[in-house]
Amino acid sequence: MSRRKTERLLNLVICLLATHRPLSAEQIRHAVPGYDPDNDEAFQRMFERDKNELREIGIPIEVHKDPWEDDPGYRIPREAYELPEITLEPDEAAVLGLAAQVWQRASLADAAGGALLKLRAGGVRTDLAEGPLELRLHTRDPAFPTLWEAVRDRRVVTFDYRSAGSEAVLTRVVEPWGVVSRYGRWYVVGHDRDRDASRVFRLGRITGRVSPVGRPGAFTVPEGVDLRAMVGYPEQPVERVALVLVRQDTCQGLRHLARAVRTGSDGWDEAEVVFTDPERLAGWIASLGPHAKVVDPPDAREAVIRRLKGAQKKEALR
Amino acid sequence: MSSDRLPRLLALVPYLMSHPGAEVAEVARLFGLSEKQLIDDLQLVWMCGLPGHTPGDLIDVSWDGGEILIDNADTIARPLKLGVDEASALLVALRMLDELPEFQGRDVLGRVIAKLEQAAAEGTATISSQVHVELGAAPDAHAVITDATRRRRRLSLRYYVPGRDEITPREVDPLRVVLVDGRHYLEGWCYRAEAMRMFRIDRIVEVEVLDVPVDPPAEAEPMDVAEGVFRPSDRDELVELELTPAGRWVAEYYPCEEVTELGEGRLRVTLRARDQSWVVRLALRLGDSGQVVSPASLADQVAATAEEALANYAAAG
Repeated sequence: MSRRKTERLLNLVICLLATHRPLSAEQIRHAVPGYDPDNDEAFQRMFERDKNELREIGIPIEVHKDPWEDDPGYRIPREAYELPEITLEPDEAAVLGLAAQVWQRASLADAAGGALLKLRAGGVRTDLAEGPLELRLHTRDPAFPTLWEAVRDRRVVTFDYRSAGSEAVLTRVVEPWGVVSRYGRWYVVGHDRDRDASRVFRLGRITGRVSPVGRPGAFTVPEGVDLRAMVGYPEQPVERVALVLVRQDTCQGLRHLARAVRTGSDGWDEAEVVFTDPERLAGWIASLGPHAKVVDPPDAREAVIRRLKGAQKKEALR
Repeated sequence: MSSDRLPRLLALVPYLMSHPGAEVAEVARLFGLSEKQLIDDLQLVWMCGLPGHTPGDLIDVSWDGGEILIDNADTIARPLKLGVDEASALLVALRMLDELPEFQGRDVLGRVIAKLEQAAAEGTATISSQVHVELGAAPDAHAVITDATRRRRRLSLRYYVPGRDEITPREVDPLRVVLVDGRHYLEGWCYRAEAMRMFRIDRIVEVEVLDVPVDPPAEAEPMDVAEGVFRPSDRDELVELELTPAGRWVAEYYPCEEVTELGEGRLRVTLRARDQSWVVRLALRLGDSGQVVSPASLADQVAATAEEALANYAAAG
């Protein structure tokens, strides 16, 4: 943006804020320096662009259509423009400082910094984060910025996606209702248009670019949608108990997490381990190699054996 | 930066109005500008004002002796409301803080959230709630460790190291309690390693607060966690793995040096391993969903360990 243009826009903001009565385009043309006094078409184009640019940075321009006048009038209502007076208590200023550093170098960092600057400019006391806590949210997934904008603007997006454990990459068309970070991973939740159902997508499994399609405001988020619940487990998993033998003096981690550990025989101890998913348990026990073995239940035991056989066969596969 | 210039000017003028006599150097730093850029901004503002643009209509700015004074700018004396992005960035972070034990039973977050929602453009409250961060329960030790860190007291830990499957005792001078990538860590000077270490709080088996003030050496500097906690060293061995679709989680879970698609959802990844036993464990866990390609000696070790483990099942029948 050129210096002259910045000057013109700043003068335009001041002009539209200062006026009590809506001003016609022609009045604005005379009041704000920098508009073409001779070429009407050039002025109209420039004025349209200027209005759009002001709206893009969040400046509310009101348009008045008076039935007695041919031309609409414009003004910026002060109450919609101005940051209200805010006073933060010391504890409030401290948590705001803590919140502002959460996005450091992530994609909303500039936005958080901009907010803090406006608050300071408005005379609000904001503290830098002090104390022992340091909180960071990453947004390393390249899809994050586009998806956040699409959620914000309610725009449909399309992207290529590989489901967990799937061989195929499929193109999805999604109305994004929200983005959720769960335990450090980002998901987008929305309505999958082709499947005509709500779906959850992990950002890390999106391959390639996310492209917005169509106009902003293309859909509405259904009322009462619980994004958090959609990303979480669909139902409460059932807890079961496995009997695992562990070699004496090994498997410190498992012993710590076990519900009970008893001394067994032949150099083995018996541990009772609570689990929900037999495959997850099998992965853990297999990783302990010869130091642990599942006795019961059979499904977890078979899953461990399958994994170990897979690991053993590698020589042959190569 | 030129496209952010107007929003910046609309924050700069109110800042100068509410901080009369602010110093050029300080204001430049706050707005992320060089002093020259700031002066240029001031010169631009000075050319603007109310319609008419007679000297009495224009904004009056001076920076004699490095102190900035501004006058006749009442029309834009207040900053613009927070934009949707700006307010959302803070609101999402504040709602995330609400999940920490530190803030249980305190109403401070609710108060700040209410004030911010009021300071933001219309519709922000709804849009910002479409971004949600869930942390999961903080480990039990979190509150004790945070408190000791604040009071600068040395900790005695028993810490589980899964790579070696050991629980080791350590004395640590806590410096920070960090949340990154959804996990809680204690960062401090470890007297056993004689170095700064990050400890995953959910792997701290036991913690005792000692009646000893922290006294870390001068070289104890917190690390930059903005790019994640785990940073492989160039000295760590390069290991190549092939993964089936069911094993792709490895590439999502661990930082990889290289990831190559092999078709049909199969992947080849290269990662750095601090110790070999960690790779063996990973390969055993993967079982039929991944294999070590190189180094060959490590692949052999995986097969041998698997065979040894299978013998346990054969013997038991």
